[in-house]
Amino acid sequence: MTTPTIVKYEEALTRYEPVLGIETHIELGTNSKMFCGCPTTFGAEPNTQVCPVCLGLPGSLPVTNHAAIEGIIKIGLAFNCEIVEWCRFARKNYFYPDMPKNYQISQYDEPLCVDGHLDIEVEGETYRVEIERVHMEEDTGKSLHVGGATGRIHGADFSLVDYNRAGIPLVEIVTKPITATGDKAPLVARAYATELRELVRSIGVSDVRMEEGSMRCDVNVSLMPRGASEWGTRTETKNVNSLRSVERAVRSEIERQAAVLDAGRRVIQETRHFHEDTGVTTSGRSKEEAQDYRYFPEPDLVPMAPSREWVEELRATLPELPAARRKRVQREWSLSDLELRDVVNAGALDLIEATIAAGADAASARKWWMNELSRRATEQGVELTALPITPDQVARIQAMVVAGELNDKLARKVFEGVLAGEGTPDEVVAARGLKVVSDDGALAAIIDQVIADNAAVADKVRGGKVAAAGALVGAVMKASRGQADAGRARELILEKLGAS
Amino acid sequence: MSAITRDEVAHLARLSRLALGEDELDHLAAQLDQIISAVARVQEVTAEEIPPTSHALPLTNVYRADEVRPSLTPEQALAGAPAAEEQRFRVPRILDEEA
Repeated sequence: MTTPTIVKYEEALTRYEPVLGIETHIELGTNSKMFCGCPTTFGAEPNTQVCPVCLGLPGSLPVTNHAAIEGIIKIGLAFNCEIVEWCRFARKNYFYPDMPKNYQISQYDEPLCVDGHLDIEVEGETYRVEIERVHMEEDTGKSLHVGGATGRIHGADFSLVDYNRAGIPLVEIVTKPITATGDKAPLVARAYATELRELVRSIGVSDVRMEEGSMRCDVNVSLMPRGASEWGTRTETKNVNSLRSVERAVRSEIERQAAVLDAGRRVIQETRHFHEDTGVTTSGRSKEEAQDYRYFPEPDLVPMAPSREWVEELRATLPELPAARRKRVQREWSLSDLELRDVVNAGALDLIEATIAAGADAASARKWWMNELSRRATEQGVELTALPITPDQVARIQAMVVAGELNDKLARKVFEGVLAGEGTPDEVVAARGLKVVSDDGALAAIIDQVIADNAAVADKVRGGKVAAAGALVGAVMKASRGQADAGRARELILEKLGAS
Repeated sequence: MSAITRDEVAHLARLSRLALGEDELDHLAAQLDQIISAVARVQEVTAEEIPPTSHALPLTNVYRADEVRPSLTPEQALAGAPAAEEQRFRVPRILDEEA
């Protein structure tokens, strides 16, 4: 007998209620590692950023990086957490070669930051995600599995390990169970990860690049029958490396677990892996007996007791946080809720703000980024920020529009040129000859021709139907390949036809 | 009552990847039990006013400035490795241990 392996998402939600939990790891952008002076540069040659401390060589001792502790306290404060007055590091012991010490320095029952929250918005509704803890630990090395058909660990003959990443400061942010999201669960998960990234980026402690692994999400999902009060068994999905994948992973786990439960079987508590290509998760390590890390207080590091003065000093350094900034921008740019959401979702807020700072008015800056440039980004399948044009250049093009040197149509050609790598806006204007023709002599010649070609329309205008002049202006624009100054052309046409 | 059971010793051995035979488990369980019982005598002298202590020194907040210091060369780093390849540590395959 075969049972379906997935239940369609919409159907699953009619019978089950999901509960989520999200653990996010953030690599801090410090110069040196968490417990030693090795650099933290991404993409360096293997094993060039290692020393006796992060290789766990005998006799070496860790010393905590002050900037990393500042970084995590800032994150804790941004998430509205309480910063505890005293806590310790703990050893998490496990047998796996990604940590050469055979343990990871982490925090166990005494996290540095506790009890926070983050408000997120999904389709106009606000959800408060409660934060259980934010704790400090060190990142692990990277393994390359060699042999086997898939390049994955199963079937591999051996592994090659690079410890450059081992010991980079890592902050883990853990939510409390997120309930009552119903069919919005995947969107809530994505919105949370998005807002978390924005927030951490805004305080400048990490570059939070999911594609480079400086932000990584593990997504816990469980299902319970609708109306039940006891939560089901959860799985933890790792390897979720983009915001879109966070949403897809939740959705896919809901579909899979619903099928398991429908068949009368039980969900196994385990680690699962998300596959970007297929959008599904596959089973990893079963957790039922594997988790025995024998935590104990780290004897090589003394406790941390951040003074209240220090915490308040750090609070005072926090910049305007994203939620406050969105409120301000909405007010300053006179945006509706929907318009603001579009701007935020398009990732255009920074770009528009920078364009305004470079001299453009808010409405035009928003118009160019949200219409013309968003369309082109979509066509090319890239993020808005990845387009090869700067806010300064957008502001320059808008300045030429304001000065009457370009009309919208010509401006779009300038955008096209800049995006095609033809140079700065001024260079594109010069190279393509894209100036508005408002010179009366040049316009007059075109207008005479247009009037001759459209005698019937011209007669209507002469007869007093001024509205018909629009067709003539259109013909002038067409004949000039968009470069005529439409306003001046209209004046000249009406003048010539004695209708002004 | 024993301070540690034979099953717990077997569990710890598995976590430590030590292949202990049945004889060795019997032998070690009895020895560990004696050791733990001996150390546990410390509890007899603990008083209410002595809090549990994880660190011998009364220090807190020892930090270093976020400054880069020279790393080892890859050759130095790999010098003690039983096997290396492509400038990486080569380790035996690890099944069902994916982190």
